[in-house]
Amino acid sequence: MASLETLLQQLINGLIQGSVYALVALGYTMVYGILGLINFAHGEVVMVGAMVALTMTGILTAAGLPPLVVLLLSLMAAVAVCMLLGYGMERIAYRPLRNAPRLAPLITAIGISIVLQNLAMIIWGREYHAFPALLPNTLHTLGGAVINDVQIVIVLVALAMMAGLLLLVHRTRLGCAMRAVAENPSAATLMGVNNNAVISIAFMVGSALAAVAGVMVSANYGIVHYYMGAILGLKAFTAAVLGGIGNLRGAMLGGVLLGLIESLGAGYIGDLSGGFFGSNYQDVFAFFVLIAVLIFRPSGLLGERVAQRA
Amino acid sequence: MPNKQLSLLSVLLSAAVLIACGKSENSKSIAATTAVAPGAEEVLVVKIGASAPLTGPQAHIGKDNEYGTRMAIDDANAKGVMIGGRKVRLELFSEDDQSDPRAATVVAQKLVDAKVNGIIGHLNSGTTIPASRIYSDNGIPQISPSATAVGYTAQGFKTAFRVMANDAQQGKVLGEFAAKNLGAKKIAVIDDRTAYGQGLADEFVKAAQAGGAQIVAREFTTDKAIDFSAVLTSIKGKNPDLVFFGGMDPQGVPLVRQLKALGLPAKFMMGDGGYTPKLIELAGAAAEGTYASLPGVPLEQMPGGRDFSQRYEARFKQAIQLYAPYCYDAVNVMISAMQKAGSAEPAKYLPELAKTEYDGVTAKIVFDDKGDLKGGAITLYQVQQGKWQPLQTMGGQAMAGQSTDGLAGGAPAAAH
Amino acid sequence: MRNVLEQVLQCNKRNAWVAAAALALLLLVLPFATDTLLGRGWVRIVDFALLYIMLALGLNIVVGYAGLLDLGYIAFFAVGAYCYALLGSPLFGLHWPFWIVLPLGALLACFFGVLLGAPTLRLRGDYLAIVTLGFGEIIRIFLNNLNAPVNITNGPQGISLIDPIQIGGFSLGTAHELFGLVFPSVYLYYYLFLAIALLIIFASLRLQDSRIGRAWMAIREDEVAAHAMGINTRNVKLLAFAMGATFGGAAGGLFAGFQGFISPESFSLTESIMVVCMVVLGGMGNIGGVVLGGVLLVVLPEILRHGAGPAQQALFGKTVVDPESLRMLLFGLALILVMLWRPAGLWPSTQRQRELTSASAVRQQDAYDAGK
Repeated sequence: MASLETLLQQLINGLIQGSVYALVALGYTMVYGILGLINFAHGEVVMVGAMVALTMTGILTAAGLPPLVVLLLSLMAAVAVCMLLGYGMERIAYRPLRNAPRLAPLITAIGISIVLQNLAMIIWGREYHAFPALLPNTLHTLGGAVINDVQIVIVLVALAMMAGLLLLVHRTRLGCAMRAVAENPSAATLMGVNNNAVISIAFMVGSALAAVAGVMVSANYGIVHYYMGAILGLKAFTAAVLGGIGNLRGAMLGGVLLGLIESLGAGYIGDLSGGFFGSNYQDVFAFFVLIAVLIFRPSGLLGERVAQRA
Repeated sequence: MPNKQLSLLSVLLSAAVLIACGKSENSKSIAATTAVAPGAEEVLVVKIGASAPLTGPQAHIGKDNEYGTRMAIDDANAKGVMIGGRKVRLELFSEDDQSDPRAATVVAQKLVDAKVNGIIGHLNSGTTIPASRIYSDNGIPQISPSATAVGYTAQGFKTAFRVMANDAQQGKVLGEFAAKNLGAKKIAVIDDRTAYGQGLADEFVKAAQAGGAQIVAREFTTDKAIDFSAVLTSIKGKNPDLVFFGGMDPQGVPLVRQLKALGLPAKFMMGDGGYTPKLIELAGAAAEGTYASLPGVPLEQMPGGRDFSQRYEARFKQAIQLYAPYCYDAVNVMISAMQKAGSAEPAKYLPELAKTEYDGVTAKIVFDDKGDLKGGAITLYQVQQGKWQPLQTMGGQAMAGQSTDGLAGGAPAAAH
Repeated sequence: MRNVLEQVLQCNKRNAWVAAAALALLLLVLPFATDTLLGRGWVRIVDFALLYIMLALGLNIVVGYAGLLDLGYIAFFAVGAYCYALLGSPLFGLHWPFWIVLPLGALLACFFGVLLGAPTLRLRGDYLAIVTLGFGEIIRIFLNNLNAPVNITNGPQGISLIDPIQIGGFSLGTAHELFGLVFPSVYLYYYLFLAIALLIIFASLRLQDSRIGRAWMAIREDEVAAHAMGINTRNVKLLAFAMGATFGGAAGGLFAGFQGFISPESFSLTESIMVVCMVVLGGMGNIGGVVLGGVLLVVLPEILRHGAGPAQQALFGKTVVDPESLRMLLFGLALILVMLWRPAGLWPSTQRQRELTSASAVRQQDAYDAGK
């Protein structure tokens, strides 16, 4: 029985971790779907979101506002700052390079991520910060496994965000414009779509998602650090590719799958390999699954088959 | 001070050159370094090199090291140190090694170029070891305040010392304490796969097994992870009564929080990487009951220890993070060896350094023939009512008298 | 920076022989000049720059010539370094000679290159990037963990006391006196690295103009068309991975001997990304550009290390921001600015530059294909 409980707990762990990956992966995919560009600095936007929220909670709590209001206002501030950041990033580092060789924006993205990290270090300091627990975080027991409020909220928010994005992309005029730009930018221009505006909005939406993810992650783990974005961004990018980058459902699926692979891998590799491999090979396991998936489906799980050209 | 103006001018000029053109900025660094050295002729300038990661994930601990070193140097300058009958001014050359072994060798070479008289550093074992070869080749004494890998002093370099217990010494004490004093029968061990975490965890396992405990789970994470739920869930299935983590506080904090959240009723223990004010500040109530160790005797029980921490906080507007007192001691050990030798020449004071017997703020410092701390005392602490309280000081024959003081002193501290 | 570039370019045009002789002389006296002007630490930096040039040239074959984005290239460097360290350190008590171990490391890296290349042949663009990234991480994680149950790599502790490179009885680890001049260890490594870097440059040049080189470029431009023209795309792509990996492995062996200590943390993803930056920043597919990129990215952070503090002093009269924080900040800014200013790299290949004019159509097609 105990092992069944363990399995259930591992599934829950994976689901929560996966939802966080999915939230961040949605941002990658949003931009990639339209521009075909990997925004490598996306992870840093998550970090900036968390940092802004941290500062705001400090200020607002000191002003004596009730916790729920503090949380919502901080979240809004984080979203606003990140949207601005996303817009600025696109204007400064990506738009001028839209017709440049394919790898040029990759380097500017790396440059942006170094700049953001070090700016954050200068502004918020080198040390780890505690993210305040604003709301009571009660534990729920579920067939021997535990889950807390924040974690339930993470899963729900991830689902809501994906549903919202799908609605945005498939049911609104703006979404129609986005798909048009993704399909064929010059034809979209001819049809009266303002490509630059659409691309800016895509960046801002992606960054807003990153801000939400940043706040969620900080609330869940209770710590914030200027280095937190890098590793999360990398995992989320992996998730987006696993699901088929550019596909919103794929990002969600890839995120949750990666979370599950990691938690089950870390939990069971040791027993499966007779103790030869342990949880130290968790990432190896995840990458092997990724490679295996890509060998059989070179465009990811839900990615559409890309025509035979580079 | 015409000299000062001159040096400022040269710095200004060189900076202008740097901005103007890409190629010749190099000549500026020469100008800057030569300009630093002026001053009255009779004053002997002793250069102390220091290196730690000042950028990257461990930057906060690296900066703490720099602060500790700086404080020792400023104290010595304020006091007015005499070496071989000459008045001495100490200067700090602090370099960022980015906790990257390659950058560490470049930094090491630079410090050697700058003709430093001694080195305080580096922070990590992974940077200390490659750098130690360069210091050794150039005969410059090096005291690491915090590198714990056994391999550092096992290389056989005459110039390599440390004022910190190594993994073997500390892991042994921790393992024995867990198995004997805490009576743990089933122990789960996690390490972060860094040289420090793995080295400490391996030694802990040996000592705990020798003490009669059983290792029921050996799990791993990384030094960048913040989610440990999968590993902890798997540990929970094995019902350990103690979880040991070989790693630093950035991972320790979320780890202990998730451990409590999962409802794992085990004691939690870390090495010196966990003994930080941050652990309590960030983990809050979850940190309560956590054990950690720190080489040496509790600071507030040492002569000058409390004074040191107060002055540190007043000056740098932050609590001591971790190794600042060790850096402080390392500098003073070096100065006292220079004084005994009557010279700041590396070759002359090195033999005196090996014979050091110095009462520092962390412990009485005596080196063994390898350069390790001889019979270093190690103190175990526990978080009680949101504060690190010393439980027991173990080992340390060289300072038996003080370690009993430490024990006696522990009780009132805990009561308060 | 720009002046230097133009000078070099002009030199090439004016008189190749005079320029070559001047360059050769410059390269010969460089360690002496650097040492007297800047200090020996800078000679070591130049040595590392040469190692990174070798790496960048190796990666240039994969990324620049064949157009395959590889984000795990440092893995081959690691394989070469570990091969050298395991066969030439007290860990196993083996002390094999340099001329056996170095080619062996290169060969092993070559094998791993094929190992990586084989399953990824069908992948394109960003999918290939993430798989190579994963491969790099897998190698690093194995190196970091193969200390138990059997100790092979010594795990996170790394391997220390690696034998210095020794040619015959001539050890590069200590200073030697030759022709009345004292050559410290870092000088000797400089000359060895320079020789090997030149060898790799020569090989790259020959490859570029060979049948294989043209096949790589054809694949880079359009794989389907290349295939239709009768190029065996599978073998040619594998060859690109293998050649790139071989150079990386050789550089790794040199690195292990030079530094005397290696541990898995030296082979992280950041290092892979740095090498990609060198190739792209300098100018993909152009050897001169790649060399320039390698030099810049090694030297620039060091310049900023020394420049950030004094420059602030000059501007504000005091240190406003920690020089260390500012160093990486400026480095990031430099990456962005250089790419905005010269999107094709500082010194792009003329062929690629011509492509640029029609690149916008290609880009849109790319976005069209990928974006769904």
